[in-house]
Amino acid sequence: MRTALREFVLDDSGMPESDDYLVALGPRLRWRSDGRARTVRRAWLDTFDWRLYRAGLTLELTSGRGPGQLTLTGRDGAVVAAQQAGAAGGRPRWPGLLAALPVGPLRERLRPVVGVRALMPVARAASTTRDLRVLNSDDKTVARVTVDRMSVSYPARAVLPPRLTVTALRGYQAQADRLADILAAARGVAAGAAGALEAALAAAGRQPGDYTGKISVRLAPQAPAVVAVAAVLEQLLGTLQANVGGVLRDIDSEFLHDLRIAVRRTRSTLKLAGDVLPDGIASRFRPEFKWLGDLTTPTRDLDVYLLGFDAMAAGLAAAAPAELRPFHDYLAGRRAAEQRQLARGLRSTRFSKLTAEWREALSAAAATRKARPAAAQLAGRRIRKAHRRVLADGGAITAASAPERMHELRKRCKDLRYLLEIFGSLYDPGEHWQAVRELKSLQDCLGEFQDTEVQREEIRTFAAQMMDRRTAPAATLLAMGEVAAGLAIRQRQARSEFAGRFRDFASPASQQRILAMTETAAS
Amino acid sequence: MKIFATYNIKGGVGKTATAVNLAYLAARDGYRVLLWDLDPQAAATYLFRVRPRVKGGGKALVQGTRSLDAAIKGTDFDNLDLLPADFTYRNLDLLLDAAKKPTRKLGRLLGPLRAEYDVVFLDCPPSISLLSESVLHAADVLLVPLIPTTLSVRTLDQLTEFIAGFDGDRPDILAFFSMIDRRKSLHKEIAAALPRQRSDVAATAIPALSLIEQMSVRRAPVMAFAPRSTAARSYAELWAEARKRAALPPAKPR
Repeated sequence: MRTALREFVLDDSGMPESDDYLVALGPRLRWRSDGRARTVRRAWLDTFDWRLYRAGLTLELTSGRGPGQLTLTGRDGAVVAAQQAGAAGGRPRWPGLLAALPVGPLRERLRPVVGVRALMPVARAASTTRDLRVLNSDDKTVARVTVDRMSVSYPARAVLPPRLTVTALRGYQAQADRLADILAAARGVAAGAAGALEAALAAAGRQPGDYTGKISVRLAPQAPAVVAVAAVLEQLLGTLQANVGGVLRDIDSEFLHDLRIAVRRTRSTLKLAGDVLPDGIASRFRPEFKWLGDLTTPTRDLDVYLLGFDAMAAGLAAAAPAELRPFHDYLAGRRAAEQRQLARGLRSTRFSKLTAEWREALSAAAATRKARPAAAQLAGRRIRKAHRRVLADGGAITAASAPERMHELRKRCKDLRYLLEIFGSLYDPGEHWQAVRELKSLQDCLGEFQDTEVQREEIRTFAAQMMDRRTAPAATLLAMGEVAAGLAIRQRQARSEFAGRFRDFASPASQQRILAMTETAAS
Repeated sequence: MKIFATYNIKGGVGKTATAVNLAYLAARDGYRVLLWDLDPQAAATYLFRVRPRVKGGGKALVQGTRSLDAAIKGTDFDNLDLLPADFTYRNLDLLLDAAKKPTRKLGRLLGPLRAEYDVVFLDCPPSISLLSESVLHAADVLLVPLIPTTLSVRTLDQLTEFIAGFDGDRPDILAFFSMIDRRKSLHKEIAAALPRQRSDVAATAIPALSLIEQMSVRRAPVMAFAPRSTAARSYAELWAEARKRAALPPAKPR
């Protein structure tokens, strides 16, 4: 049994094909080659938004002879779970959803981290490894040194300097530590700080965690507002474009989700701060982004249904979940059709023209020399205004108000939320987080109120359509009726919670926070 | 965790060679194996090139001031660890005598290693003592090497009778002929006849071979330096019988 690892990287200019670094071990420690070199193919899997990496996990797929092996390790390199890659229905193909993996501890450990996202290769490489035994004066092995020569084939071709891993045999930790110290001091040997995945990505010119759906541009408070707004819009365009491929290949539902959010944020920025952009850019592009937003809506709405389907079926009291099956099939069929429609739109000239022209317009905007207003000034003014609107509209809602008033308030809250997100980097992170949290609690309630209403209406429409096509058994329609009833109950619940949520949001302390936060940044 | 012990009152009958080679074969089958060299002469420890020293000696282990876990050494072979001998093991009898329920002590000491090992081999010193009694209580299967003489059958009967007197769990006995000289007709006759008459005698007999003696020169299990030899084949057959006798489930893939 072996324990404790230490890793080293050999200097590239060193001794590429010999084991001369072991000469540095001196006469007291001897070594012997152990068996022949082995070559394994390696691939590292993660979600598009690096959920495993962010959770400190690494999932590696190795395949040499025989079936591949999936190994999940933690930050310290310790194995969290491992299993053969082959599922009952054959070898899973990547990208693929978690459901493609066989049931077991590995899948269970990944489930909360990966969620609905697909796992896809983030790097591929081939490793040729050779084992060396380090012996003491009794010719007893005290440690093993593995020399790994890795060449990366994806995301770009690169050859890595050899990596050495020192493993102690149980009960020989002190000797292995001494060996590692000697190696560390040897010429051309450096401590290997990065794991194999990081090293592979770095060699290929990528960094793990380099995609995020969040707005991450750092804005300077005194920068011209036009520059700041253009910078945010440019990042949103980047996010939008980064997700197109995944939407077209239909890898998982979140590509479309992130793409839509980028579009919605773009539209809100144009609406709420687009006036700082030159030459009527905002009014020119707003209709185009509305088109793009509308293009994505049907597929996303169906995704939301399908993602929540199991929970919906599990919530049935009278009907059996299986009775909803035709409804599921109907939704899946509709989604497939809508997805084709969506893909056609994203492949259209209109879309490529939109993104190309938009990029050009943003570069032009960023180059304008209009210093006033400053970013923080504009942000403060717009956030406070949006905040006042939410307070006024929300304060006017009573138990007797029509649902439309709630829907209107939801839109005002979204305006405020997007402004807070767009300009978030100007503010103290703690205060900003708190402000968003308070708003989010109100938004969740309004969202539940409206979504349940919309879904209830949609279920009626779906039911009518299924009747027309004669694809709906009576039991399914009854079950759908029960789902609709459940939605009505949830909507009433949300309505009853509204007053309390709004009271918290409109509290003097919370109001003061928005004012203080935006004014400090602008001063 | 299944515990195998190699036991015989007599010395020089092939106990250590059996423990070392069978432990190697078990590890090669994928089981996580621990061999505890209980003999202060430290022959098994020497064969694995480990220094015969345990910090705090047998006293620390028996009194529990040091866990077995901390004294374990990895061998040069995957899945095979060794708990080395120490010269203070010559006093294990006295130490056990001072402990509570001395005959159950060894089993209790091994308890915490249950999650870590699938198979344990105990290599005992030749004697009748408190230590050997504790070993007999801890073991699931006793591997008893017999020299092919009529006297050795009597010894086996005595052992069987002794174990029959145990309360609770009793180890299975799997005796086998060791150091068979194929030039001697008496050896051949006894080794062929007895397994047919008694279920506690293995069909496999280990011949007296110079390759087995060479283990102490090569300092390795016989399979490691002569994998295709008659000696290696004999031990593989014996391991197959021992494994079956212990009803050992197949090793889990790792």
